[in-house]
Amino acid sequence: MRNPGSRPSRRKSLARRTYRMLDPILAGVLLVLPGCAAATELRSYAVIGDAIPQSLTGTAGDATRGRALVVERSSTCILCHNGPFPEQKFQGDLAPDLSGSGSRWSEGQLRLRLVDASRLNEETIMPSYYRVDGLTRVGTLWRGKPILSAEQIEDIVAYLASLRE
Amino acid sequence: MRFLGAIAATLLVVGAVGAAEIPQADRRSGYSFMKPDTKTMQDDDTANPGMLWVLNGETLWNRKAGAADKACADCHGNARASMKGVAARYPAFDKATGRPIDLEQRINSCRTNHQQATPLAFESRELLSLTAFVARQSQGVPIETGADPQLAPFVAKGRELYMQRQGQLNLGCTNCHDDNWDKRLAGAAITQGHPTGYPLYRLEWQSLGSLQRRLRACITGIRAQAYDYGAPELVELELYLMSRARGMAMEAPAVRP
Repeated sequence: MRNPGSRPSRRKSLARRTYRMLDPILAGVLLVLPGCAAATELRSYAVIGDAIPQSLTGTAGDATRGRALVVERSSTCILCHNGPFPEQKFQGDLAPDLSGSGSRWSEGQLRLRLVDASRLNEETIMPSYYRVDGLTRVGTLWRGKPILSAEQIEDIVAYLASLRE
Repeated sequence: MRFLGAIAATLLVVGAVGAAEIPQADRRSGYSFMKPDTKTMQDDDTANPGMLWVLNGETLWNRKAGAADKACADCHGNARASMKGVAARYPAFDKATGRPIDLEQRINSCRTNHQQATPLAFESRELLSLTAFVARQSQGVPIETGADPQLAPFVAKGRELYMQRQGQLNLGCTNCHDDNWDKRLAGAAITQGHPTGYPLYRLEWQSLGSLQRRLRACITGIRAQAYDYGAPELVELELYLMSRARGMAMEAPAVRP
């Protein structure tokens, strides 16, 4: 059983890969529990394949709020990504264009990519937005807190899923 | 388990050696990423705001200070000759502490030991001015930092810090400055992180600032705990970055956006 919050460090990458190979043998569904002693209680979620099919909050997010969050600098999305936000002058191009996200990925796939993209690719520079463990030297302002709350993640998932091309 | 961990650690080390580094021929100063008017501002001494600190530094160089009542010039003479190329070798190995120290720390150690004066605060106008004045004497000189073999273990530590992911965003310096230097972060050029022009004038700061200030800002940007000014980690990072830029021309005082 893998604990979601406690992501193995990159140093253990090979061991991690081994775990992953065992995943389908151990269980089709991994029920994961949040890191225990963390300051912020993370909600539990289940990873199935490359997705988290169920909403973290149990309810659907709000796409309008999601758009506002995506273009808000402190959410950090558009530092690296660009997308269909013509009013935003300063966007990044380190990461894929968010246009058409909803055509490429299901809500569940988008959710896992926000929650912990490093599960799918250890080398990714995409931060894990809903994880507090396995991090090093986090600044006091942010320690023990995920980058985004479960509600914010659901709002962003709803917005990204609405981007179709 | 331990065995797998050991293999993974080995792979990580081996992988890191060859993987990310920018080939010599592709190295570029932050200057080359700038707009023409910002380049002009740096190139023209009468337009470069950093020159105000350099001029102030020259005054301080010649002013007596401390219980010894000595000026820098009393020992070092004309800085144009005596300080030429010095900044291009810093951080350098300090025999007294057995560690690398950066140019600011060298100036302060000189103040304490030879002038018997109180050390200047990091980022104070005086320390930035003296550093800028000394660094200016190396303009155009190729960086030589790290040639001293005594520095090797500290360069290695700096490199480790540079590679290490940290902070809430879980990023290492290398993720941007080796792997994505040709891209843009929130619309701004990322650059390769060669510290050729410090101390430098940042338009964003509206001030001159040290490399340590810049490093602290980047570390806070990835939402990690910034090291304190003067911390060994910051000096090791400076040392690694300067040795990584070996052969590139010194630009201090540079101008950056």
